[in-house]
Amino acid sequence: MSHWSEATQERAREIISRYPQKRSAVMPLLYLAMAEEGYLTNEGMEEVAAWVGITPAQVQAVASFYTMYKRRRTGQYLISCCTSISCMLLGGDDVLHAVEDESGVPHGETGADGLLSVEHVECIGACGGAPAVQVNYELIEGVTPDKARDLVRWLGSAQPEVVNTDEMQELFGGVRSFDWAIRDESGAVGPYPAFQPLGTVGSEGNA
Amino acid sequence: MTTPLVVTKRMTEFPADSHTIDRYEETGGYEQARRATGMSRDELVEEIKTSGLLGRGGAAFSAGLKWSFLAPSRPSYLVINADESEPGTFKDRQLLERDPHQMLEGIIITAIANEVHDAFIYIRGEYPKPARRVQAAVDEAYAKGHLGKGILGSEYDLDVMVHLGAGAYICGEETALINSLEGLRGEPRLKPPYFPAAKGLYMQPTIVNNVETVSNLPHILAMGAEEFIGLGHPLDTGTFMLSVSGHVKKPGNYELPHGITWRDLIYDVAGGIPNDRELKAIIPGGASSPWFVPQIHLDHQITKDMCAEAGSMLGSGAVIVMDDKTCMVRAAERIVRFFAHESCGQCTPCREGTTWMEMILRRIEEGQGRAIDLDLLLDVSDNISVGLGWPPKMTTICPLGPSAVSPVLALRDYFREEVNAHVELGGCPLRPVEVHA
Ligand SMILES: Cc1cc2nc3c(=O)[nH]c(=O)nc-3n(C[C@H](O)[C@H](O)[C@H](O)COP(=O)(O)O)c2cc1C
Ligand code: SF4
Ligand code: FES
Repeated sequence: MSHWSEATQERAREIISRYPQKRSAVMPLLYLAMAEEGYLTNEGMEEVAAWVGITPAQVQAVASFYTMYKRRRTGQYLISCCTSISCMLLGGDDVLHAVEDESGVPHGETGADGLLSVEHVECIGACGGAPAVQVNYELIEGVTPDKARDLVRWLGSAQPEVVNTDEMQELFGGVRSFDWAIRDESGAVGPYPAFQPLGTVGSEGNA
Repeated sequence: MTTPLVVTKRMTEFPADSHTIDRYEETGGYEQARRATGMSRDELVEEIKTSGLLGRGGAAFSAGLKWSFLAPSRPSYLVINADESEPGTFKDRQLLERDPHQMLEGIIITAIANEVHDAFIYIRGEYPKPARRVQAAVDEAYAKGHLGKGILGSEYDLDVMVHLGAGAYICGEETALINSLEGLRGEPRLKPPYFPAAKGLYMQPTIVNNVETVSNLPHILAMGAEEFIGLGHPLDTGTFMLSVSGHVKKPGNYELPHGITWRDLIYDVAGGIPNDRELKAIIPGGASSPWFVPQIHLDHQITKDMCAEAGSMLGSGAVIVMDDKTCMVRAAERIVRFFAHESCGQCTPCREGTTWMEMILRRIEEGQGRAIDLDLLLDVSDNISVGLGWPPKMTTICPLGPSAVSPVLALRDYFREEVNAHVELGGCPLRPVEVHA
């Protein structure tokens, strides 16, 4: 018996059918499990195990390998600050400290009200627009410590339902790795990437 | 420096809509894929071999040669490596976001050449926007009949699927990527026997190619191998993308012919060092590569062979520039930290060694270093990369472990004094790192 919503179950069936072998669907299904509950629970992993026909222990072994499968309750907004080499050279550490200070949430933790989680991450492929930050994996390039503080305050006050990369770039960003050209209308609604192989999970405006 | 652009041409000329199928087809898109449906595997492999195209994912292996090694068993699979996670590298993101159809056309050509009917695009999980763009392009291509059953009016079937990673750099290594795609932990496999071209995805022959590599293919077919060769350096054909970051006035991706010099790249193309500072060190090919210093390498040409001769590599084409206010110990620590964090843990020298190296470097940077620490660092490094040369003699399953040694080689060869100064001073002589406005 599945605990998942009908829509999620339908999507799970579709995803599995697309791969030559069922087990390949583990990763997308783990994202589905996160989208159901906001983070990855034991029940979520048991569910994935049942869908692809492996043991929960096997699913857990996979899930624990990847940093984006969050095993603890994560805030509505996950702020990831890059402190890898290129961002470090241009003040990425200061941006992280500004985020921690303004939010009161140290990296690796989630605030008591469940609104924000903060983490420092390795390179997110935005080194030409260093320092770079992501909110629910939606990118902002060229962030200063002051802008980072503004971002934290904005997330707290505006509490956007959908986090949009272009909107945040306009409000809080600066130098970019390259010209982004046209606007991307879709965005994330939780601390997992707003994309799934068969349409977008938990985001709007992008089929 | 007037060489024509190839893979970034369309996005440069039509910035607003280079990612759409309409623009793509208006500018000659899918014509070469259509042509390829009428060509044989041998013809295609031969043409790409002749072009001299080298893989742009880091290992710089001949694309045509790789294809020619594909074992005869079928089905065969194609996996596009869009896991781009090496610190300093952001070129594939631009190709994915700004010209996804160009990559799809490259995928069609590669698939036909390798008799593949199922292709996967493995995009790193932190790239949701590129993934959405690529998915939209895939959907457009299906809708037009360019993918699916009987592509482009031929008898050929090809399915393409986008698969999202979940935050593990090591999945960029081709055998780890295959494990990940099979729903396993992303741990590299031993080569031999698990060469993808023989025993790859689901133990079937598999081609793994980088985004930029396949994005070149429609152009090679369109202009012909000869013209493509003429664009670059005789040993290193075509153009290539460099991601320039760090202390330069104009960071960004630049498509260039192989063979310009580091001086031209940094001072001309990327605008020089901000705030009238001096150049101190260059990381030439991503965090994995041994560093260059201006006093020795500035006038070297940027080619695969020149980099190898000088004891480094062009790798993923990520150039990280550091000015004279940058602490080399801190920079080394940051890079070693990356590899320690991303080690998959299968091999003891890599798992333990990178952790130790990170600890020792941090200790030196924080002023707790001891006089013997550099030797200790070299000793630990020697366990991962025997003899401390380049390319490394490996004691590990994959090159990640030995890559962590690259910054340590730089400290040994060029910045010994600076390391010692940390120890003697009991702190960093350069701190705090100054931030550019
Ligand atoms: C640790 C490690 C990480 C790698 N990461 C990537 C990557 O992110 N993208 C990529 O294309 N190749 C990466 N590679 C190289 C791949 O193993 C492989 O050589 C490449 O994808 C082949 O494509 P190409 O021949 O078209 O370059 C990595 C290699 C290693 C050892
Ligand atoms: S070298 Fe490191 S990353 Fe590579 S297989 Fe061994 S432990 Fe894993
Ligand atoms: S180093 Fe921060 S995005 Fe690459």
